[in-house]
Amino acid sequence: MKLINTLPEVFEEFNEQRKNSFITALEMKEKGIPFVGVFCTYLPQEIPLAMGASVVGLCSMSGETIPDAEKDLPRNLCPLVKSSYGFAKTDKCPYFYFSDLIVGETTCDGKKKMYEMLSEFKPVYVMELPNSQSPDALELWKKEVVKFKEKLESHFGVTITDEQVRRAARVKNAERAALREFYELMKLKPAPMLGQDLYKVLYGATFKFDKEAIPGEIHALVERIKAEYEAGGEDSPRVKLAGRPRILVTGSPIGGVTEKVIRALEDNGAQVVVFENCSGAKAVDEDVDAEAPDIYEALARRYLNIGCSCMSPNPNRIKLMGRLIDDYQVDAVVDVILQACHTYNVETYKIRRFVTEEKGIPYLSLETDYSTSDIGQLNTRMAAFVEML
Amino acid sequence: MLTLGIDCGSTTTKGVLLDGDSIVETAILPTSARPRERMAELYGRLYRPEVECTVTTGYGRALLPQADRQVTEITCHARGAAALSPGIGCVVDIGGQDCKAILLDRGGFVVDFAMNDKCAAGTGRFIEMMCRILDCSLDEVDEFVRDRRPVEITSMCTVFAESEIISLLAEGHERGDIALGVVRSICRRTAYFAQRLSPAGEVFFSGGLARFEAFRSALEEFIGLPVRTSELSQFAGALGAARIGQKKRPAASAG
Repeated sequence: MKLINTLPEVFEEFNEQRKNSFITALEMKEKGIPFVGVFCTYLPQEIPLAMGASVVGLCSMSGETIPDAEKDLPRNLCPLVKSSYGFAKTDKCPYFYFSDLIVGETTCDGKKKMYEMLSEFKPVYVMELPNSQSPDALELWKKEVVKFKEKLESHFGVTITDEQVRRAARVKNAERAALREFYELMKLKPAPMLGQDLYKVLYGATFKFDKEAIPGEIHALVERIKAEYEAGGEDSPRVKLAGRPRILVTGSPIGGVTEKVIRALEDNGAQVVVFENCSGAKAVDEDVDAEAPDIYEALARRYLNIGCSCMSPNPNRIKLMGRLIDDYQVDAVVDVILQACHTYNVETYKIRRFVTEEKGIPYLSLETDYSTSDIGQLNTRMAAFVEML
Repeated sequence: MLTLGIDCGSTTTKGVLLDGDSIVETAILPTSARPRERMAELYGRLYRPEVECTVTTGYGRALLPQADRQVTEITCHARGAAALSPGIGCVVDIGGQDCKAILLDRGGFVVDFAMNDKCAAGTGRFIEMMCRILDCSLDEVDEFVRDRRPVEITSMCTVFAESEIISLLAEGHERGDIALGVVRSICRRTAYFAQRLSPAGEVFFSGGLARFEAFRSALEEFIGLPVRTSELSQFAGALGAARIGQKKRPAASAG
């Protein structure tokens, strides 16, 4: 079936994956497969996967339920936090409804306080994520990972063996390797697809519950993109996307409504080549050492390494960005900050300095939310930024 | 070579007809609620058959079907300011609904910019509101604040500043003193905003408020750099658009 689809149709299918998986999720629930709802890339998905559970992301990307959330939460709060709470409260998101357990971490202030409220009407478990990456922090996080395993064991009445966890780590590593193979296509110059399409696949893949099937599917997509790229011709991205300034997007989580930023960039002639955000390279870049003597330590180490701004200091974000800027021949960096996301907002100062002074390329940061009221201004800013390049 | 630049801002629509380095004609109209009609009207007034390229800018830039190119106001203001005042390092533009600071390199090209487009504070709209409460015509603002002692306005939000002014009036402060306080408050805010880009050299002040010495001198004081204006400050965006039209022919012929 898939072979007769055009590439844009394949991208669109990934885009619709979140919705398309509702039915799959229902069928899985009916078969008795447990669902674990998660919010953050710090969560070691290997552990729920080890017990045969499905893992689904609950970070909400639409403004639809914000008015409901604002009945309980302050208005001047991150839209992702408000929207997620709103979907949980109104049960408008099937994934919230299906989740037998919702797991959060003590990441940003908005989220951790929201989890307290969420726990009043949903089964919530919160992992205590340290806010630094020191040896002591690693020790704490390792204990938290083990405690999380024990929580799953008692909550679902199962036993999770080390071997199951190792096996899950191998499956996740294969998934990560496939996603890397896919987004690394963007190292090609000109790029073989728009950043919007790249994003659709990265985001859509997180809603594919059969993790073992992902590598094969992604690999087939990679081969097709390569083939179309090499075939050339007027419609080839090689021709159509030539000469566009290459952008790295970083900052708060994006997706859903905030894809307006990517569209504004690409409608005005730029090309997003890499996402450093937690829906992009940040989540996928590093593997777990599945053969390590202590698998829980290996998990803790890998996940604690994630360079999110809730870490203080946060050297790994700079490290990853530096490498991506070089590897993807990036011409400029756009830092997308969700309204009231204090940690990413404060970090813009350091990121600007790193990008402009150490890397010597232009940098723009912008604050946005889940409304569409700033689309006009966004377009002007992005167009002006592209004109400057 | 004749080119036409039209800058459709939130408050006024400006046009410049340019022949090489000399301005042939300028025109300005209030934008009101009909940007499309205003652009068409201004185009009708300035267009000649010899015009080789028409470039539009400003928030209404997409509304003129005859335009050959659309360029953002950031790039146009930079290009126009560099033409009006060669050698400047920074442009500060206080527009009707936003405020921008633009950093230029030696060639007059944009290196960085910052925009306040979220809030009415620090925009022309703020001044218009304050003038209305103080019963002072914007055109006479220089006279109105001459030799006055400024009352400090601390509110940064347009809505709160309005109530602050009403309280100050109730306390018996002179209208002129309050008005000078308002002028200084907007300039202080704008200067802090521009300083985030670490400007150096001379600053060019564009937009409608640049006509008034009260604003220019207060901006200069807060920004700590020489601030230049021109009689054509208000036309900087339109002039920049017309100049961009000279360099780049319509996309079709540029290939």
